[in-house]
Amino acid sequence: MQAAVDARTQQGKPFIQPQGTTRPILARAWSEGIFLLLARIIIVSALCILIALVGSILVDGFARLTWHFFTSFPSRKAENAGILAAWTGSVWLLLLTVLCALPLGVGAAVYLEEYAKKSRFTRLVELCIANLAGVPSVIYGLLGLQVFVRALAFERSVLSGALTLSLLVLPIIIMASREAIRMVPKGYREGALALGATQWQTTYTQVLPAALPGIATGCILAFSRAIGETAPLVTLGALTYVAHVPDSLFAPFTALPIQAFNWLSRPQPEFHVNAAAAITVLLSFMIALNLVAIVLRAKFQKRQR
Amino acid sequence: MPGRTKDLKLLEKLIEGALALCSSFSILTTLGIIAVLSFESVLFFREISISQLLFDTQWTPLFLEKHFGIWPLIAGTLLTSAIALALSVPAGLIIAIYVSEFAQERTRKLLKPVLELLAGIPTIVYGYFALLVITPALQMVFPEMGSFNALSAGIAMGIMILPMMASLSEDAIFTVPRSLREGAYALGASKLQMIVGAVLPGAAGGITAAVILSAARAVGETMIVAIAAGQQPLLHFDPLQPVETMTAYIVQVSMGDTPHGTLEYHTLFAVAMMLFVLTMVLNVISLRIRERFQRMYR
Repeated sequence: MQAAVDARTQQGKPFIQPQGTTRPILARAWSEGIFLLLARIIIVSALCILIALVGSILVDGFARLTWHFFTSFPSRKAENAGILAAWTGSVWLLLLTVLCALPLGVGAAVYLEEYAKKSRFTRLVELCIANLAGVPSVIYGLLGLQVFVRALAFERSVLSGALTLSLLVLPIIIMASREAIRMVPKGYREGALALGATQWQTTYTQVLPAALPGIATGCILAFSRAIGETAPLVTLGALTYVAHVPDSLFAPFTALPIQAFNWLSRPQPEFHVNAAAAITVLLSFMIALNLVAIVLRAKFQKRQR
Repeated sequence: MPGRTKDLKLLEKLIEGALALCSSFSILTTLGIIAVLSFESVLFFREISISQLLFDTQWTPLFLEKHFGIWPLIAGTLLTSAIALALSVPAGLIIAIYVSEFAQERTRKLLKPVLELLAGIPTIVYGYFALLVITPALQMVFPEMGSFNALSAGIAMGIMILPMMASLSEDAIFTVPRSLREGAYALGASKLQMIVGAVLPGAAGGITAAVILSAARAVGETMIVAIAAGQQPLLHFDPLQPVETMTAYIVQVSMGDTPHGTLEYHTLFAVAMMLFVLTMVLNVISLRIRERFQRMYR
């Protein structure tokens, strides 16, 4: 802190510009009032936008949420079209992504927090994670297109989609899990080690159970982001017209956000209504996931106290 | 039990190896991205020279008469990102100042989940909002505006970035030590003067990092611009006209049935390469600035 102040005075500028202090007190009160007004306006508009955002979609799409909508395949007629292929595809994607990304991500986090010594390998891993978190999601789609769809010849299947999404959420899962593992008190580890447990026994019986709620919260948020992702699946070449439920890892698929995007890019307003309904389903699903995360976090905080 | 200890040791080694393998996936992914993008970009540059890319002003790889001037896509990306930042940077900063310096606990508790919710909404929803809510609303003000335009997409993108900008700036403001604030008060500053004179300069590094990270997010954002900004690569800076960003071009080609191995297919990766380099540079700069900023107050 001292260094910062020194650096500033070395630039030859006084720390506080003096002319401000000579202004009358009333003007100061006024400027603060204006700032507060501005801040409140911005915050209220942010609230209103959130309400408008969710509200406009609910209002547009709610009427389309019929049983028929959930149990039909896409159709050229907007009123006959449904999201059966899309929601089943999304569920498949979610389950497969969890299956791939969760062990890999938590494993990497455990390695970095509990095992890794400061080496070039660890430094490189950390650098890669930090950079991968900032790579636009379209680019993951191109990676999936070349590696999973073409090189490994999985075609445009559920598996390719899930693997691509796994790579996308991996940095987020690793960062969240590391945070949770770091929160586990040192005494837990020392106690276990003192009783003669090996490193892995300590990790498995003490550290991971204690970190579990934190890991779960972070991962649920990451997966709820994954099912809302559109761009990587579009670049992967996911189909928009799929008239069957995926029945194997290699089945072609579509997903809720892709279906919504497809309907949204058509000019007819009837299809926009369908898009709103599909987005409503997607949002409800995500909100449910987020609620689980919030409950878990509350439980976790209570136990720590 | 020497045998058992030996087994245990072997098991420990195996587990450590497996965990190290898990973390090596991030290196593999990074290498994979770089390899895929450069391999296909090289194929692109075998047919199209860099001067064609830089000195042509038209981008029409999907037409019969092909032009490969990258500037329309860059202009589109810059225009939408600039609109988004013009909205999210001041608003995010004001929210951050308000929350950290003025707001009561109750407001803070209300605001945090709202921002988290805004941050968690999928981008396709913002795209829907831009196309079917913001654009019709703006058309009441600008009747000549088309249904696809840079302004609505930029505004929606700004709303999307706002939570990130606000929370990163709040972190930066939080890092500024109390003694700096007290020093400013001791010199007779009012609260606002204290903020402008002590807190903001003190948090400048962290705020700069936040702005650059927001810019990287805006440049890489895909669905909002693909839905609401249109898909016409035109070289202009008129926010009421349609534009095409680099990301929207990638989506446009992916949606069409472009055969593998053609020049159009290679353009996909050449554009993605530029996008990757651009966001990477922004991210690295932001990371560096933030590191230096955090070291300053340690």
